Amino acid sequence: MKLSSAALTTSDTFRANREAHLALIQIARDAALAAAAGGGAKAMERHTSRGKMPPRERVANLLDAGSPFLEIGATAAHDMYDDAAPGAGVIAGIGRVHGRDVMVVANDATVKGGTYYPLSVKKHLRAQEIAEQCNLPCVYLVDSGGANLPNQDEVFPDRDHFGRIFYNQAQMSAKGIPQIAVVMGSCTAGGAYVPAMSDVTIIVRNQGTIFLAGPPLVRAATGEVVTAEDLGGGDVHTRLSGVADYLAEDDAHALAMARRSIGNLNRRMPDSVVWQSPEPPAHDPEDILGVVPADLRTPYDIREVIARVVDGSRFDEFKARFGETLVTGFAHVEGCPVGIVANNGVLFSEAAQKGAHFIELCSQRSIPLVFLQNITGFMVGRKYENEGIARHGAKMVTAVATTNVPKITMLVGGSFGAGNYGMAGRAYSPRFLWTWPNSRISVMGGEQAAGVLATVRREGIERAGGSWSPEEEAEFKRPTIEMFDRQSHPLYASARLWDDGIIDPRKTREVLALSLRASLNAPIEPTRFGVFRM
Amino acid sequence: MFQKILIANRGEIACRVIDTARKLGVRTVAVFSDADRAARHVAMADEAVHIGGPAPRDSYLRGDAIIRAALDTGAQAIHPGYGFLSENPDFVDAVTAAGLVFIGPSADAIRAMGLKDAAKALMAKAGVPVVPGYHGEHQDPVYLEGQADQIGYPVLIKAVAGGGGKGMRLVERPQDFLAALQSAQGEAATAFGNPAVLIEKYIEQPRHIEVQVFGDGRNAVHLFERDCSLQRRHQKVIEEAPAPGMTQEMREAMGRAAVRAAEAIGYSGAGTIEFIVDGSRGLRPDGFWFMEMNTRLQVEHPVTEAITGVDLVEWQLRVASGEPLPARQEDLSIRGHAFEARLYAEDVPAGFLPATGRLAHLHFPGGARIETGVRQGDSISPWYDPMIAKVVTWGATRAIALRALEAALVDTEVAGSVTNLDFLIALTRHDGFRAGEVDTGLIGRDLDALVAASEPQPAARALAVIGLAGLSDPQVKGGMTLWQPLRRTIAWQGGQAVLEILGPGAARVTLDSQPHEVRWQGDRWWVDGSLCRHRITAHDSGVSVFGAGSLHLLPLDPLDRQSDSGAGAALTLSPMPGLVKSVHVSAGQTVKAGDRLAVLEAMKMEHSLTAARDGTVAEVLAQEGQQVEAGAPLIRLEEEHA
Repeated sequence: MKLSSAALTTSDTFRANREAHLALIQIARDAALAAAAGGGAKAMERHTSRGKMPPRERVANLLDAGSPFLEIGATAAHDMYDDAAPGAGVIAGIGRVHGRDVMVVANDATVKGGTYYPLSVKKHLRAQEIAEQCNLPCVYLVDSGGANLPNQDEVFPDRDHFGRIFYNQAQMSAKGIPQIAVVMGSCTAGGAYVPAMSDVTIIVRNQGTIFLAGPPLVRAATGEVVTAEDLGGGDVHTRLSGVADYLAEDDAHALAMARRSIGNLNRRMPDSVVWQSPEPPAHDPEDILGVVPADLRTPYDIREVIARVVDGSRFDEFKARFGETLVTGFAHVEGCPVGIVANNGVLFSEAAQKGAHFIELCSQRSIPLVFLQNITGFMVGRKYENEGIARHGAKMVTAVATTNVPKITMLVGGSFGAGNYGMAGRAYSPRFLWTWPNSRISVMGGEQAAGVLATVRREGIERAGGSWSPEEEAEFKRPTIEMFDRQSHPLYASARLWDDGIIDPRKTREVLALSLRASLNAPIEPTRFGVFRM
Repeated sequence: MFQKILIANRGEIACRVIDTARKLGVRTVAVFSDADRAARHVAMADEAVHIGGPAPRDSYLRGDAIIRAALDTGAQAIHPGYGFLSENPDFVDAVTAAGLVFIGPSADAIRAMGLKDAAKALMAKAGVPVVPGYHGEHQDPVYLEGQADQIGYPVLIKAVAGGGGKGMRLVERPQDFLAALQSAQGEAATAFGNPAVLIEKYIEQPRHIEVQVFGDGRNAVHLFERDCSLQRRHQKVIEEAPAPGMTQEMREAMGRAAVRAAEAIGYSGAGTIEFIVDGSRGLRPDGFWFMEMNTRLQVEHPVTEAITGVDLVEWQLRVASGEPLPARQEDLSIRGHAFEARLYAEDVPAGFLPATGRLAHLHFPGGARIETGVRQGDSISPWYDPMIAKVVTWGATRAIALRALEAALVDTEVAGSVTNLDFLIALTRHDGFRAGEVDTGLIGRDLDALVAASEPQPAARALAVIGLAGLSDPQVKGGMTLWQPLRRTIAWQGGQAVLEILGPGAARVTLDSQPHEVRWQGDRWWVDGSLCRHRITAHDSGVSVFGAGSLHLLPLDPLDRQSDSGAGAALTLSPMPGLVKSVHVSAGQTVKAGDRLAVLEAMKMEHSLTAARDGTVAEVLAQEGQQVEAGAPLIRLEEEHA
């Protein structure tokens, strides 16, 4: 059935919502543009003066002219490391080469020589995780000095640190996921293993170098004096060492070679779902900004969003009359069938059971799931605890955790408490997790958290016979509220890669479509659910 | 009427004859060379016979093979078209001797008109005005120089057996005469096997006006005039009928003279009397002189057909099969105005050099008569005239017909070879031409402006980039990015641009640091806010943008890096496919910029290849007599040392 909309585009509320969203979008955009500027004009000037292409242009010229670029972690490390690592010094995302989806991971050498900060590692690993889950060939555009030495303790030793990059390369290669490296600058020390561990490696003459120890270290260790090019340049590696396979004349040539290499992969997308011809929504996605209240606490009908995301605004709503605070149903996004699970209020037992039921349906039918998350949590109180809301919630969490269909999560509002779990939060490994600029994420709301702490504190004071004035209590609560405010902000979340990026809500449909398509590069395996607590 | 005829020609004229033959229920036999196995005229004919190799002397000039083909296929008559054997009296004799009909004049008539000096004498005797000049047999250079002095400079040297501008030289100063003479004789010998030339007074503001005549061996009529003044180096570019500014009095005078000329030689079939007209003081009945008679159907005959309603090929077939003249003079009248533009594969900025290529894309508009011998996918080979088509329009008035010609040319699409299309469009917009102020010097005087006017505009270039990026169909779909468009370089042979996709149907193309916003809106392209009539076409040799001029971008293979290592000015390359006629230098020889290094014979013309700079010849890479492709290295100079 085609969804209708109650939106009044000329109303003051609509206009006010829109204004507020536009302001939030601008903040996210500014952060993204700052990250995209990399190490700044001077570093870029130095970079290009060596005949190197700007890192983002490398990505652009690798991809097809009309390719989308679904960027991962665009604002990673935002407001971290004293802003020394815009975008964490890595550009990552999914684009198309010869029409095939690929994961591109490019070092931004204008950012501290492309060295790896902790979040650079995390971003690189996240990109690899997506590639592995989605069966996407990986292209590494390497131009990096390796680990960022001042941060070595948070970069080198642990499981999800630098070494994991090469582990992932080996694992993916073993699974037949092509690993292609284009050496366009330094690959020093551990970094040398990115090209060495790749299936195919291209290196740029007089520009790319691969060595375990650079000339200064060699001189210190053995006294040998050698130039970088003679030690590990393109000519050496393609002619003598065999560490690289193709010798390119410059960046453009190298990227063309990488494109050719991908063109020769002989891969095809599996045929997992029945595609329909795409159709734009009947309601303009632009109006999302007006129909969604800027204040998270104002309730609204999530169907207003669904109507602006799905093909033809058509939505086959499942179990509409039961557990009404969770909206479930079937639709198509750019022709791809999806099951939508969307919050329309706090989760009750019925809603959780309905959610589990619906996820089971989609799993049986191999229909990808889209979670539109705007959740304050599960309902609390004696009635609900006594009827076993934890048991019903567990059913939904089990279903979400163990289904094998691709899950795409979109934070369109609040993401609080166990609601985050039931709605495929980060811990539930959705293939992608995107967030709107107005979203908030934390274990609970700041007010509630401060309230909990204040209650404990008041009890302690009063037990000791003291008294606590409302002013004192407010003063006590303020830092907690402020901390929660700061830490629940999407830029704070995205900086730490709790999600894959902030998006403009008007692009929700396009981002979902690209996420779905990327996910469907991997076959959908049959699901075996865990034990449902009945 | 004949049952079956053979057409001893190729290209558009063979197709043209087949069209009329089919209309009359006459079956057709085509002949073809190795180069033309898949040509349009072969596909159109009822039967086709292979007659030899690609060089004209091995096929289309082989009268014996053609006559045998006619006999073998049972054709009763041979239509020669124009060019090739059409004005060869020996061929006419052979055809007649074989018991076949030659669709055209008698061998005697051709002979009478074939040698231009004799023709002029004959015409003078018949009372037709002729231009002062020397048309004698004396070919001694010094003697001819003396004749030129008598006639008075400037003079024109023309091959006696020539036509179409070959073996023709304009000499403005006495000191240049001997060199020009030698070159004209050389070219005449190559093209016609006869080095003899004649010398004429050169008229300074001349117009080329010709009269179409038609005879049945006894009587003749004329079908009024054509103005062919729009010429470039004696090659007609755009023809029209009637002539602008023509008076009834002068038309009658010219018509009478033309009929007199035709009847003087008992002319049969279609012929053209070319006059030179002094246009400096308007058209006057005493201001025209006989130049020559073309004893065949002319390339530009369609404009006459357009204004008279006569199918000249039909008349040719009817008269050749024994019918009397299909109309009397008083039955013929002029209705409206017609133009013909000759669309050629030629490189205009490079000096109108003949070009070759496979027509990767070819589209002609409705609303115009198109005479063509090629289809999309066909090749313009180096062996023959590089004509692609004749575009003919008609209108009630000259202005309407000219607008129609402009519109038809704007809607014409050719890709795969460079063409003179933009130049033709620029001509239709030339103020003087629009006003009917034509003379044979018009193109030469305004050449730079005409060539410049055909330079592609930024909007067309921006759209071509969209096409090259593969985003013209569907129109800039996809390209989604989260916050900021990607800047992608789009490179082609000879340039590059930066492309950014701004959103659905919107892109920014930066050309020479100048950003242009391209949008697809309402099923139209908009560039920088202006609606564009351009059409983007992707084909297998690249991308073309048509409409108000055409622009072709050839993709660059980013993997092909050898192309960058060219030796630059050190190499002299063949500008077109052709035969190395002579090499004038040897290794070790010192040359100055402009020195002649070699002569290339192509398209029946000789092209001198000169040194681009001073230097020493390092190596001669081609031998005399060698057939070379366009771009083949011929001479290498030693590297310069700074």
